[in-house]
Amino acid sequence: MDISVRKLRKEFDRFPALHGVSLDIASGELVALLGPSGSGKTTLLRLIAGLEFPTSGSIFFGTDDASMKSVQERHVGFVFQHYALFRHMSVLDNIAFGLRVRRRQDRPTEAAIRRRAGELLDLVQLPNLGSRFPHQLSGGQRQRVALARALAIEPQVLLLDEPFGALDAKVRKELRRWLRELHERTGHTTVFVTHDQEEAMEMSDRVVVMSQGRIEQVGTPDEIYDQPASPFVHSFIGDSNQISVTIDKGEVFLDKRSLGPLAEGIPDGPAKMYLRPHDLEPTDEPAGAIPGEIAAVRRHAGSRMIEIAVGERRERIEVAIPATKGWIPEGTQTFRPRRWQIFPTG
Amino acid sequence: MLPETPIRPALARSAAATATTQRPDARERVLPRSWRSPTTERPLVRWLLIAAALAFLGLVLVLPLVLVFVEALKGGIGVYAAAISDPDALAAIRLTLTVSAITVPANLVFGLCAAWAIAKFQFFGKSFLITLIDLPFSVSPVVAGLVFVLLFGSQGFFGPFLSANGIDIVFAVPGIVLATIFVTFPFVARELIPLMQEQGSGDEEAAISLGASGFKTFWLVTLPNVRWALLYGVLLCNARAMGEFGAVSVVSGHIRGFTDTMPLHVEILYNEYSFSAAFAVASILALLALLTLSIKSVLEWRHGESLKTRRGH
Repeated sequence: MDISVRKLRKEFDRFPALHGVSLDIASGELVALLGPSGSGKTTLLRLIAGLEFPTSGSIFFGTDDASMKSVQERHVGFVFQHYALFRHMSVLDNIAFGLRVRRRQDRPTEAAIRRRAGELLDLVQLPNLGSRFPHQLSGGQRQRVALARALAIEPQVLLLDEPFGALDAKVRKELRRWLRELHERTGHTTVFVTHDQEEAMEMSDRVVVMSQGRIEQVGTPDEIYDQPASPFVHSFIGDSNQISVTIDKGEVFLDKRSLGPLAEGIPDGPAKMYLRPHDLEPTDEPAGAIPGEIAAVRRHAGSRMIEIAVGERRERIEVAIPATKGWIPEGTQTFRPRRWQIFPTG
Repeated sequence: MLPETPIRPALARSAAATATTQRPDARERVLPRSWRSPTTERPLVRWLLIAAALAFLGLVLVLPLVLVFVEALKGGIGVYAAAISDPDALAAIRLTLTVSAITVPANLVFGLCAAWAIAKFQFFGKSFLITLIDLPFSVSPVVAGLVFVLLFGSQGFFGPFLSANGIDIVFAVPGIVLATIFVTFPFVARELIPLMQEQGSGDEEAAISLGASGFKTFWLVTLPNVRWALLYGVLLCNARAMGEFGAVSVVSGHIRGFTDTMPLHVEILYNEYSFSAAFAVASILALLALLTLSIKSVLEWRHGESLKTRRGH
């Protein structure tokens, strides 16, 4: 089912958490809401679920206006950050909960409920743990039980709040891949909240980058990384360098030095050039290149990070070169930008 | 073009330094006997502290309790049996049990409501309500009793209306029940509030997102989550309800065989110099208290985990 959010606004005690957000999510899509804490991503997710009510705006599930519907009526699968498993119930009873609380005329027989819960346990690859209690499970197992419980009510929309937030790095990586595969098999429209960009970029079809209650950019992971729509997105996603430049008739100047006609359509005046560390390469050709004084060299996984001071303001930027180059530079070196983004300041 | 990275000699040097710190005798060294954890006192101090605590407990708590039973049984089993089968004593026992049978369920419901409201909702006057719940703990029970006399007594605020309609509250069972409810109100609520606050509303949100109605969420999720704390609160409430003296003494009027609860009856018997009878009734009260205490200990032992967040009394 597709979800459509229209000019959604939410205030908590007059404090706006969400400023008129609009978003369309296609049926079967896996979408990440990504942003720093306080960006409104969890609020948006809870609004879609009906756990909060909007101050204004509307939410559509398909063609159905869900804005004023209760949580129960919206029929969404919600996986909570800390799983919220019922501690006094066994794993099987947890999963069966959503079916058991149905009104008598809609409720499957006890045998059918148990069968369904068993199938879901198989689906989340915990076939023999039905009689365990939540406190006897590991974090990753609890996460999967929470997911099975949410899937038991056969929702058309699956919402996950920081699904891997409380897990250690290794388990997190495994579960990420597993959830992606599960999504491909079951095809639920899935929205998940995360502050981990790696998670968002790796798992989702589209990423919604949020900041201070607004959507900064919606796009595929490639678009988000390669064509950030705002300075925030550029500096929030991946490693990012900023250099203060001046634009004059489409030409970019670093102090008095021209970097070339790189800034079409950007108004004259001060601006910032945003560069990824690996989009700079050392060169011996000074024309159009950025000169920098080498301040430090560090090893970072497969790359060598070179910190250089640029221009009169001695702004520190980082350049990544493959570690195999085995080069420890000294003094001043020029670097040619391969890809960049310029945003006017002020 | 660019030169290869030279191996830094610093690395080799630091490896050698780690090797020399491994002394051959390091593993065989045994800790001296006098070694103790930095937070542990010397044995003498430890024993003195424990002995002081035990002596005090024995003198103030255990000795009086033992004396109650010794005094009660001084005249032999026959006197004891006669004392507690006296019609007035039986009436007092019956009244005490009746009062707690009304008070405890009432405070269970009120306490649950108050705790629910405080832990799960934000509303105007919440901190005032929390203070109010503690009021019976801070106000002297005698004052609480007097308030009810002022409200419902014949000279009181509702007095004329009540006497016109032939309703007895003060110097009758309803007054005793009201005063006991007032005094024991905080026990259940105080037990539940911290636990429910800590648990938050995550489980409830999960339940409603799975389609459960408000009532089913309460019955299947909220109540089981607090069941042991609730039972614990009920036990404490019951112990106090049976033992309450001050507030009840003011509103009861001490009508023998009618408005005398067990604690009041003990006092009357004592003032009449019938010590064995007084101690016999007191021993039953003490037994009931010991029973409550042991159920409470069993609860703590079996379900300590889910009672953990409770603040002590």
